Amino acid sequence: MKHQKLEKNIGLMGVLIAIVVSFAGLVEIVPLMFQASVVEPHPNLKPYTALQLAGRDIYISEGCYNCHSQQIRPFVDETMRYGHYSMASEFVYDRPFQWGSKRTGPDLHRVGGKYSDEWHEYHLMDPRSVVPESNMPGYPWLAEQTVDAEQVAAGMKTLKDWFGHPYTDAQLASAKADVEGKTKLEAVIAYLQVLGTSIPRSYK
Amino acid sequence: MKTNFTDEIVKKFAIVTIMWGIVGMLVGVFIAAQLAWPALNFDIPFLTYSRLRPLHTNAVIFAFGGNALIGTSFYVAHKTCKAELFAPKLASFVFWAFQLIIVAAALTLPFGYTQSREYAELIWPIDVFLTIVWVAYAIVFFGTIVKRQEKHIYVANWFYAAFIITIALLHIVNNLQIPVNWHLSYSVYPGAVDALVQWWYGHNAVGFFLTAGFLGMMYYFVPKQAERPVYSYRLSIVHFWALISSYMWAGPHHLQYTSLPDWAQSLGMVFSLILLAPSWGGMINGIMTLSGAWHKLRDDPIIKILIVSLSFYGMSTFEGPMMSVKTVNALSHYTDWTVGHVHSGALGWVALMTIGSLYVLIPKLWGRKSMYSTKLINAHFWIATLGIVLYIASMWIAGVMQGLMWRDINADGSVVYSFIESIKATYPYYIARFLGGTMFLSGMFIMLYNVIKTIKSDKVSGEAA
Repeated sequence: MKHQKLEKNIGLMGVLIAIVVSFAGLVEIVPLMFQASVVEPHPNLKPYTALQLAGRDIYISEGCYNCHSQQIRPFVDETMRYGHYSMASEFVYDRPFQWGSKRTGPDLHRVGGKYSDEWHEYHLMDPRSVVPESNMPGYPWLAEQTVDAEQVAAGMKTLKDWFGHPYTDAQLASAKADVEGKTKLEAVIAYLQVLGTSIPRSYK
Repeated sequence: MKTNFTDEIVKKFAIVTIMWGIVGMLVGVFIAAQLAWPALNFDIPFLTYSRLRPLHTNAVIFAFGGNALIGTSFYVAHKTCKAELFAPKLASFVFWAFQLIIVAAALTLPFGYTQSREYAELIWPIDVFLTIVWVAYAIVFFGTIVKRQEKHIYVANWFYAAFIITIALLHIVNNLQIPVNWHLSYSVYPGAVDALVQWWYGHNAVGFFLTAGFLGMMYYFVPKQAERPVYSYRLSIVHFWALISSYMWAGPHHLQYTSLPDWAQSLGMVFSLILLAPSWGGMINGIMTLSGAWHKLRDDPIIKILIVSLSFYGMSTFEGPMMSVKTVNALSHYTDWTVGHVHSGALGWVALMTIGSLYVLIPKLWGRKSMYSTKLINAHFWIATLGIVLYIASMWIAGVMQGLMWRDINADGSVVYSFIESIKATYPYYIARFLGGTMFLSGMFIMLYNVIKTIKSDKVSGEAA
């Protein structure tokens, strides 16, 4: 076929463009949806509790992912610094994923249990009070604002109904009460403390 | 001068392009300063880096770049088809609705309403509205092509067409979400699949929004200003189809060495390397259009801007495939090298192409012989180019330094540097980057002044648009 033909027929050209750009997604994304190691949860992985999920929504809302990755690559320095490399099966309950693309600050995938709750509190309120050279902004308003309990309960229900995240009826029933009156600071710390803890940091 | 509807609507797009460009770059300069002097966050939520960075990226890509693309696509379709825009009322709707989306972005992102998908942060109600606006845009553009008076569809329009179709596909697939309430929604894809879908989108927002669309702009405005035909018709056919078919595969290079399965990473790397050829095809076709008119590089600062833009395009499309090689990526990923790479494309290629095209377009739209001051165009060229060089050089050095510090291992197997030491070492480069960005922004103010003076100057009678 002569290319001239396409240059005179925008309908034909449009259809061909659509076909050409569709291949990659079909070959790369669709098979991934059926690859067990990617879509099946790690045996120790638990869905986020009400408070942890609330903290995760705040982590997203504040834009923490702009400076912190949650993805440890299988290199000696990274496993020394951050812990065991990340595995796809640990992220199955992450919607959206929070792997990030830039480390202006350190990776957070296995930050869970690395510092005390108190350290996180000081650090989130005023990062330079504990790390003098840090260029991280402070988030003091997190201590003054409370979690939207209604939203957390609705969110857990959405995750269970649509995506089958294994919440028990008891968890769903108490979701609102579990987070009622908690500050955003408490929620974010609860989320940070569970990150990457489905396996030990030095897992072999 | 006879004015027509198309010219009037393109004028509006031209004005808001400059306006949003200044706003988006101002936010960029501000957040660059925050990385060097974190006290500038002032502990105020909506002025905090992590909330403003998405506003910066959305403003420069979609508000500055988007208005430039939609506006020029209308103008180029109108000129090369020798036809007025199809459905003028719908075209007006596209203009005002697109500005409304930008305002909605400015009212949501700094206040913590975000999907956290890079370059697709807008929350679901805005995404739905954007889909409607995009369909309206497609109807106006393709409608104009259909009613053309020319038999052949000019090459610039192929690129605009690919940009419009593919962005629609990417936007819809990447934003499939289940709403929880009016602002919160959860992605339909789990973890690792979500990561690949997002970077398939993210990479091709670069490939089709910031590359194919701007190549459309290039294929009209470079030959126009050089007063030469496009260098090679055959090359434009080959590189067009090669570019749009290989770009879509390269997304996984954003996820090298992550939990994404290895086969997908390798596939992404291979296609990224292939991508060098069609990218340079476009650069060669653009630069060689000056064949036989090289003296214009000396005499005409607009040509200088356009050609330097193409040179940055060639440079960053060499750097990109190189960074997608796994061994290089192991060093560069997560560092400021990536930020430098992005800005050599975004400032060097996208912004300079827009600026050059606007300098060609604005006198024509307002019926003036030329811009008010050629000297000021030249000043803009130099301050912008030097600003880019300072920006990318500082981020390149900072990135390589960070990568090397992170991976440095003592003889006993422990890491040499704690993370904070790499931040400490980066401060001088953050300040240099801030200065580079400030220089580029200053150039935009020079442009604004020149444009206002051009519009306010007396009409040149008898000048045809």
